[in-house]
Amino acid sequence: MIMMTSRQWLATAAGVVILLSLPLFLPNFWLVNIFGRAMVYGVVALSLTFLAHYGGFVSLAQTMVAGVAGYAVAMMAPTAIPLGPLAMPYFAAIPLALLAATVAGAIVGMIAVNTREIYLLMITLALAVGLSLFAQSNITWFRGYEGIRNIIGPEVMGLPFRTPLVFYYVALGVAVSMFLLVLYVVRTPFGLVLQAIRDSDRRAAAIGYYVGLHRIASFALAGFIAGWGGVLITFYNIGITPSSIGLWATVAVLIMAVIGGLGHPLGAFIGALIYTVMDTFASSIIGHDRFNTLIGLVFLAIVLLSPDGVWGLGKRLSTALGKRPQVNADRETSL
Amino acid sequence: MGFAGRAEEENVSLQFILTVTLNGLTLASLYFIVASGFSLIFGLMRTVNMAHGSLYMVGAYVGFAVYDPLYASDVWASHAWLIGIAAGILAAALVGLFMQVALLGWMQGQELRQALVTIGLSIIIADQLLALFGGNPFRFFTPELLFGPTELPVIGRYPIFRLFQVVLAVAVGIGLWLLLNKTKLGIVVRAGVDDRQMLAACGVNVPLVAATVFALGAGLAGLGGVIGATAQPMALGVDARFLLMSLVVVIVGGMGSIGGTALGALLIGLAEQWGQVLFPTYSVILTFVIMATVLAVWPQGLLGRKPT
Amino acid sequence: MLISRRNTVAWAMGTVAAMFAVTGALAQDGPIRIGSITTLEGPFATGGQDAYRAMEMAFEAIDYTIGGRQIEWIRESSNATPDVALARARKLIEQDEVDIIIGPLSGAEGIALRDYSRTLEGKTIVNGSSGAADTTLRDPSPNFFRFNTEGTQWMAGLGTYAYEEMGSRHVALVAADYAFPYAQVFGFMHEYCELGGAVTKLWSPLNTTDFSSIIAQFPSDVDAVVLIQGGTDALAFLTQYAEVGGDLPIIGGSITADQTLLSARGPHQSLMEGMVAAGPIADLNEDPNWQDFVARYRERWGSEGFDSPSIHAVNYYTNTIAVIQALEEVGGDLSDNQAAFQAALAAAEFTAPTGANVALDHNRQAISDIFLTRIVNDGGTMRTEAFGRTPNVSQTLGMDQDAFMALGSPSRDNPDCPPAR
Repeated sequence: MIMMTSRQWLATAAGVVILLSLPLFLPNFWLVNIFGRAMVYGVVALSLTFLAHYGGFVSLAQTMVAGVAGYAVAMMAPTAIPLGPLAMPYFAAIPLALLAATVAGAIVGMIAVNTREIYLLMITLALAVGLSLFAQSNITWFRGYEGIRNIIGPEVMGLPFRTPLVFYYVALGVAVSMFLLVLYVVRTPFGLVLQAIRDSDRRAAAIGYYVGLHRIASFALAGFIAGWGGVLITFYNIGITPSSIGLWATVAVLIMAVIGGLGHPLGAFIGALIYTVMDTFASSIIGHDRFNTLIGLVFLAIVLLSPDGVWGLGKRLSTALGKRPQVNADRETSL
Repeated sequence: MGFAGRAEEENVSLQFILTVTLNGLTLASLYFIVASGFSLIFGLMRTVNMAHGSLYMVGAYVGFAVYDPLYASDVWASHAWLIGIAAGILAAALVGLFMQVALLGWMQGQELRQALVTIGLSIIIADQLLALFGGNPFRFFTPELLFGPTELPVIGRYPIFRLFQVVLAVAVGIGLWLLLNKTKLGIVVRAGVDDRQMLAACGVNVPLVAATVFALGAGLAGLGGVIGATAQPMALGVDARFLLMSLVVVIVGGMGSIGGTALGALLIGLAEQWGQVLFPTYSVILTFVIMATVLAVWPQGLLGRKPT
Repeated sequence: MLISRRNTVAWAMGTVAAMFAVTGALAQDGPIRIGSITTLEGPFATGGQDAYRAMEMAFEAIDYTIGGRQIEWIRESSNATPDVALARARKLIEQDEVDIIIGPLSGAEGIALRDYSRTLEGKTIVNGSSGAADTTLRDPSPNFFRFNTEGTQWMAGLGTYAYEEMGSRHVALVAADYAFPYAQVFGFMHEYCELGGAVTKLWSPLNTTDFSSIIAQFPSDVDAVVLIQGGTDALAFLTQYAEVGGDLPIIGGSITADQTLLSARGPHQSLMEGMVAAGPIADLNEDPNWQDFVARYRERWGSEGFDSPSIHAVNYYTNTIAVIQALEEVGGDLSDNQAAFQAALAAAEFTAPTGANVALDHNRQAISDIFLTRIVNDGGTMRTEAFGRTPNVSQTLGMDQDAFMALGSPSRDNPDCPPAR
């Protein structure tokens, strides 16, 4: 069981109900290209937040791991152009893609098992760019620079995946499931050990836990989560190319996670939503040319002024406004 | 591999092997100049400067903005390149100094937060350089003295400027070694690596030392920028390339060690050039394979110190 | 948690409301809404800016009016990646409710928008400047039109010129290792190998700037170098080739002699002068259409623009005037899922600003003229000059589609004509 206070249950349920009813009063564009897009990228950011907050690893390889799932599902997709030798129905391709991402996550964990913090950041960044460059060079499997196209996704109840309601509800279902999965896992014995290791790996080892194994398992789980995001992102983008997992895509997911706040799984989705809205509309307001300066400044301001992101800002504001302070003393992820 | 392989078979000779190796060595020299600044900053402050590639670009762009009108004038043309180098170093050092004093200094010890700040800065700097200088690629014109080929034994004709890069890298290396081992600043820097708190307790002005070292490291990136933009055209996007190169070089060589940086640069430079010859398709990946292998066997890098 | 969630939702709702207000004000029946996507960020920004200059000229020429209907032009920018181009296209179609999109600029983006256009009804995407062959050749979309020629077509005539006029028999080919150069290499070798020439291919990873070890691999008996690189990388190659004293004649790709290469000073200039290439445009071209276009471009943009319109300007302009002409033909009528408009587009035939004749094939891909060009020193400024023209080059190089497809798709290893050992 997911252990939450009744208050938290209530809040979660209310949030889900609101999100479920959004199609009633939002146009399709907002449904799919703002909320839907924010949720699928938010799932990848969630995997980063999970590792950062509960494991103490800021991994830049999560976009890459999502890309492993994206490329895997694209290689096996029955609609791919050009059709790969592994083509199979989507109901088989999707689980295999998730498996691939889980394995990829575990491998990243193995490479990074002995490093933490800043080294981890550097190594995972290099791994991420390495895979993107590989995908760009490999024609046989990854189709090089032009990538694998026409990955439209399965039909759901006879409707194409791109149907706004289908995409939105699938994205919502996956996002909520992954969110609850994280909340659940961190309260299991595994999750508690993980947090103990984060706080002091020597102490945890002294008590007799396999520190390395727990870390690798947490990366594998993060890989599974990111994999869901990767599969849905690939359907959303109707395909995948090396730029989908390149340096800029990697940094974008980091920006989402940090803006939203690494201190709580919800921060990933808040950050993804803010990023998506800015990415979509900032250019109409400030012009196209200086979008990067704007997003860079927002990112910088968040890191400088509120290292725990918008989530932390909101929490501090609510505390300052005299509301009941949070009972659940979540450890702040220190940056 | 196709034809590249065949062409290579035809050409396998001592001359060919030496030429490619020397190409790797000269590329490594450029990498060393840039990465040594990155390593120096990391060595003292544990700051991973993700904007190091941006400082490289600042050096090149500002250097060029000063160089270009001088080169066009009759009086200054012969000195334009040297003045461009000075301007590039100065600009990068000033930006670096600003970063350390205004932003990074007061979050000393929060390594991850510092890395994120520099990521934000690198996004802004790249966009502002585009706004200020436009997106047109450019290059410095090799000064008369250093232009053209020279005769080397066995290899034959070889560009003088590439040899100059090696000389410069050796000079930078020796200079850094002297600085770190023979000066008071160097003693303080090395002590800082081991115990920063103790250093402060001994009355050393740590913020001043930190600012000096940051400016020095940034200046080396700026120097690399001008040298790099003389050897190869400069275009937007090289910031990411040189940041990644710096990361890989110091991860392979060992953090905070000048010797390790030199070794890492040498390995990566040679791997790039030989990779291009032996398996052109995947040569870009080779550097990352080397990195992963080194990490698996020597997690601290080849010449890195074990954590205490 | 509760508070924050509520705040988030409230904030989102506020934003939604604001957006509705904006949309409501814009959504009228009157104007024809044309969206465009190019690249105004990052390394390709200068090409994208020039593309919009040309589009602006095309719209100004008709005073933003067709058949009494106003043209409303909504500009977007991508960073040359397919995912971002797709996000912008979705915003234009679904939020801004444009009728037509003109864009994008780069190859992989074009393929992404082609896929997206297939999912649309009653909307049309007309290419901007992207030049990937597959966009229209394989699995084309009924809603995607391209009035510019692409990478393979652009090399028409060059292989024959190299073999017959330059007397070349064995070339060293230095090309970047991705789809666009594959298409260009295919176009060159298709002619050159057929005639009996031999090619030693030397692929370099994308964005290579150190070519010294590639130069060291040139076989001793090659008589020319074929350089299929963008301007920046070409500049790096030529400089390094000059520094080791290289002196073989250079044959370029269609984007090799761009403004970067032409305007840069340095030792490469001696090698560059006389470089022949093939492509859809040349700076110096006797054709009166081109003379007129350049004059109007210079008058309109002065020092803000380039010395001569870029390839992106010409491609965006060509596609834009195709849209304008088709709209004029149907009197701005976009009803019936744009059926009349799309039919007019498919049947369009006109003269591009380069003087080239443009018509579409059954895949809605341009059949047009390709120029042979050489670099000349035009009173101190390096420019490309047209000295030959291959008329009506089709995407399948004059073959029928099945025969052309049987040649296989362009790749590192296809086609192949190595020197005899």
